[in-house]
Amino acid sequence: MFNEADLTALAITLKLALISTGLLLLFCTPLAWWLAWTRWRHKYLLEALIALPLVLPPTVLGFYLLLALGPNGPVGGLMDALGGRPLPFTFAGLVVGSFVYSLPFVVQPLQDAFAAVGRRPLEVAATLRAARLDRFFSVSVPLARAGFFTAAVLGFAHTLGEFGVVLMIGGNIPGSTQVVSIAVYDHVESLEYAHAHWLSAGLLLLSFVLLVAVYALNRRLRLLRA
Amino acid sequence: MTIEARFRIARDDFRLAVDLQLPGQGISALFGPSGCGKTSLLRAIAGLDRHPAGRLVVAGETWQDDARFLPPHRRQIGYVFQEASLFEHRDVRGNLEYGLKRVPQAARRISLERAIALLGIGPLLTRKPHTLSGGERQRVAIARALAVSPRLLLMDEPLAAVDFERRQEILPWIESLHRELDIPIIYVSHSPEEVARLADHLVLLRAGRVLAAGDVHELFTRLDLPLALDNDATSVLEATVSGHDEEYRLTRLVFAGGELVLARQPVAAGSQVRLRLAARDVSLTLARQSGTSILNILPVTVDGISLSDEAQVTIRLLAGGVPLLARITRKSAAELGLQAGMEVFAQVKGIALLN
Repeated sequence: MFNEADLTALAITLKLALISTGLLLLFCTPLAWWLAWTRWRHKYLLEALIALPLVLPPTVLGFYLLLALGPNGPVGGLMDALGGRPLPFTFAGLVVGSFVYSLPFVVQPLQDAFAAVGRRPLEVAATLRAARLDRFFSVSVPLARAGFFTAAVLGFAHTLGEFGVVLMIGGNIPGSTQVVSIAVYDHVESLEYAHAHWLSAGLLLLSFVLLVAVYALNRRLRLLRA
Repeated sequence: MTIEARFRIARDDFRLAVDLQLPGQGISALFGPSGCGKTSLLRAIAGLDRHPAGRLVVAGETWQDDARFLPPHRRQIGYVFQEASLFEHRDVRGNLEYGLKRVPQAARRISLERAIALLGIGPLLTRKPHTLSGGERQRVAIARALAVSPRLLLMDEPLAAVDFERRQEILPWIESLHRELDIPIIYVSHSPEEVARLADHLVLLRAGRVLAAGDVHELFTRLDLPLALDNDATSVLEATVSGHDEEYRLTRLVFAGGELVLARQPVAAGSQVRLRLAARDVSLTLARQSGTSILNILPVTVDGISLSDEAQVTIRLLAGGVPLLARITRKSAAELGLQAGMEVFAQVKGIALLN
């Protein structure tokens, strides 16, 4: 079964995934909205930048984040000037890392969902006296709800599964920055296979359930539209 | 109340320049082939597209000029799109209430019940949009637009996306809006049949310009406009049902130009009807013909003859001041020696009741 350190790692992992997903939804909703509707000719540059975490080795991402967040980096310097603590090797640093790492998994479903809803329902709402923000909340959000669900679940599940970025900027401090994926690695290193099994199977099951929910929902929506 | 609209639209592939005065009552049709700019003009009137250098004044209220642009949600319009575009996440009642809830109590002149009754959608209120037929969806969309108590109703080819039978199902409802509500309607269409049936005022658009604007009866019969020169040219006239001949199953109508009969129609004596006379069903004789099976013979004055090198010409006639068209061969026109001012007889073979 789980030992106490494992349970702590599990709690940290879930907390990290929850906080990261919440922040991602807040940040990515306006970003995805803008990407779905902008006529800016060079928006593909920004889309490529957002998609980078999909293809970069997490260690590369982690390395640059470490430099940026470190005391000599631009973000670290700013934090220092504002009297804050440096972010590397803290839970807050993990949140920043997860945020960047899972960004495309949240932006893309939202952007696709907004684009799929299209302009017409918004135009209809405008002719029915709804102002801009009203239209967004009363029409776009409910019609894009499957996109929100997909974005939230993928963001959450992907954060559960990260390893490289967390290792680089979290530093594997038990009780603070040690997450499940790293705890598994430690168990294997120390040949504690039974513990590794429990943690791995737990993560596997959780991730599977989350993905089943996403795919089942998408299937239902496809059937509804057909 | 009138509607003054002046717009200049210049896009890469499209130009529009119009300066219009539309009446503040009845149905004004924006009519023209696809690509002539009628939908662009309607969207500009709604404020859905913003074009600089536009001016729009509705009933003395400036919705757009150089200094101001009222966004669509602050214009007192109702808009019916070509596709019903119902909110799929709400049932029919939810769709109707969406706009209604955003209109202050004091500005509500059409109740929800009235909008529902006008379009006959009472039995549909709890249905979801995806369970409705095309005709039902469009009727819900029209009721939804009415529920915001618009001062101007804009309709963008509301029948174009539904099949012929659905069209016949929706048209009577649109006609009843016209009769029952005192809201001017701007109706975009490329169908001469719809326009002949619904419009009071007509704006002919071609390639982003106004070819002509005016009374629908007049514009259908003007020889300098393409409508009258087509082989399918028709004239539209208003008549009153004077009675029925039950023995022969006929309905008698009167208008300024005389009396007409047609096969018994389910209309009450005294009611106003609109008729369509296809120009090619009207033939001309110099003297009143006897011994003919044709019942409808009207004394008319030749008002003009179209210029053409083709086989057919269009003759514009006045029957008691009401313009009618006859489409005959150029050879017949020459042999009869037709010229403006001549008194002749029009034999009308086919009359269609439009409502």
